[in-house]
Amino acid sequence: MTQARPMVAAPSTTAPSVALSGAALRFGDRTLWDDLDLAIAPGEFLAVLGPNGAGKTSLLQVLLGLRKLSAGAVEVGGRPPRRGSSVVGYVPQQKAFDRDLPLRGRDLVRLGLDGHRWGLARRNRETRDRVARVIDDVGATAYADAPLGLLSGGEQQRLRIAQALLGDPTVLLCDEPLLSLDLHHQRAVSELIDTRRRAANISVVFVTHEINPILSMVDRVLYLVGGRWAVGPPDEIMTSERLSDLYNTDIDVLRVRGRIVVVGTPDAAHGEPGGDHHHPVDTGPVPGPPRAPAGSTGGRTG
Amino acid sequence: MGLWFYLQQPFAQHALIAGTLVAIISGLLGPFVVTRGAAFAVHGTAELSFTGAAAGLLIDGDAILGALIGSVVVGGAIGLLGVRQRERDSAIGVILAFGLGVGVYLLSRYHGFATQATNILFGQIFGVSDGQLELLIGVAVSVLIATALLYRPLLFASVDPDVAEARGVRTRLVGVAFLLVLALTVTEAAQIVGTLLVLSLAITPAAAAGRLSARPGRVTALSVAFALVAADGGLVLSLQTNVKASVLISTISFGIYVVARLVGAATRDRRGRRTTAAPARPYPATPTARV
Repeated sequence: MTQARPMVAAPSTTAPSVALSGAALRFGDRTLWDDLDLAIAPGEFLAVLGPNGAGKTSLLQVLLGLRKLSAGAVEVGGRPPRRGSSVVGYVPQQKAFDRDLPLRGRDLVRLGLDGHRWGLARRNRETRDRVARVIDDVGATAYADAPLGLLSGGEQQRLRIAQALLGDPTVLLCDEPLLSLDLHHQRAVSELIDTRRRAANISVVFVTHEINPILSMVDRVLYLVGGRWAVGPPDEIMTSERLSDLYNTDIDVLRVRGRIVVVGTPDAAHGEPGGDHHHPVDTGPVPGPPRAPAGSTGGRTG
Repeated sequence: MGLWFYLQQPFAQHALIAGTLVAIISGLLGPFVVTRGAAFAVHGTAELSFTGAAAGLLIDGDAILGALIGSVVVGGAIGLLGVRQRERDSAIGVILAFGLGVGVYLLSRYHGFATQATNILFGQIFGVSDGQLELLIGVAVSVLIATALLYRPLLFASVDPDVAEARGVRTRLVGVAFLLVLALTVTEAAQIVGTLLVLSLAITPAAAAGRLSARPGRVTALSVAFALVAADGGLVLSLQTNVKASVLISTISFGIYVVARLVGAATRDRRGRRTTAAPARPYPATPTARV
């Protein structure tokens, strides 16, 4: 197994925002992953990749305090994860809101502050300004007062990011936030996450099955496959050798026009849509030339 | 003049107090019912208050108390059996079918005035006793307190259950608590408009409000206001005409909804968007950093 190598130019004395040691997660006799050692530095962008069922989302649930490790230890912000902790922000995948939902974007964002507390919300100027500021930060001011159900998927994701940022988290957990967005919005949303993490030195844990939209931002990749894992910069992990080793079968990793294409993963061979690293959306109209990755080092600018 | 005379009579005053209470709590919970897609839960608990009422009549001769206790049992059962909406709907169907069967049996054993039980189905507001009124007030106050306590996590869990769970909301607990509060509210409303017409106070006003605004606070206020107009307006009209109150309440409620749809359709799609801001700015690459 590969040992973690901190990629961010943070001094070694900086405490990691997320630390897993000897961590294991099992469902019955099935091991999702075990003996996982990982320290995520402040401001680091970690992409979590792997086939469906590899335990990517379960890892986020552990960090959210919703699921207990089967073995090992985990700390988020120096403490064991706790439900509703303000240390973490959470951005889910886009899902359509009901058109009639009686809620504005602004209200959705507001829920990120204290929506989990009992009782009625107290209104005050300070909170209102804080909400307005974070909405402005994500560039959503123009439509923050429109009914949520009438917004586009990209606009909704922008507001969800604002919601996640409202509590000033040190760790941002993103679970497939680009899924079901078109390419244009994928880029907008991932750039927004990248901008905000740089501005506030937030660690990002980004679960995705498609690394290309975020390739230039990623410091390290955590790749989970059937109980095995590897972690390291994209250039080290996203290679034919490493993935063949992880999957225990022949995998070809191709670099085409600055994009990574993985061929031969078992779930792709079964024709599962979206199961490999070639998102169906990629075949759609591309509004511009694909982004070249910022250097072959995978964007270690942190 | 006739109205003034009626309004001085205790039976009419009781009816108006009860109608007002029911309108407030149904209007308050209505937006959550709409958001959570819980219309069938309302309908199910309302119809099952018939069973509770029949049991109450048989055991103690008190239909309202029986219906209230029965509704708590039903609300809890639905909450425990069904978590996701689809699952919940079939759970309601299962409980509803069995519960109504029990109700029919209980009624067949009851040899008093069967009109008492049919009143539950169609509403009989002009006959609330002092004791019943006190019970209704107590329940309404409890519902108000519980809703205030639940408000934020319930809103969060209703609009965005996955994120709410991730943020630490006990969505399952909140869901069961909501169903209990809803069951009590629906049973109270059933006293006014009858189990068959409960939706006209528990859903229609909220659905109308949702057409006019997307601000949660404003939607709730409008929903309560519409429910009050329908309930009290229907009662007062019923005193002057000879038409049953529940018929007038459901008619007024529906009328408000139709108007709200027409008004809402004209304004909805451009509401809340700042059209002055250049729309050709779908994603600013560098949002102003102000952290």
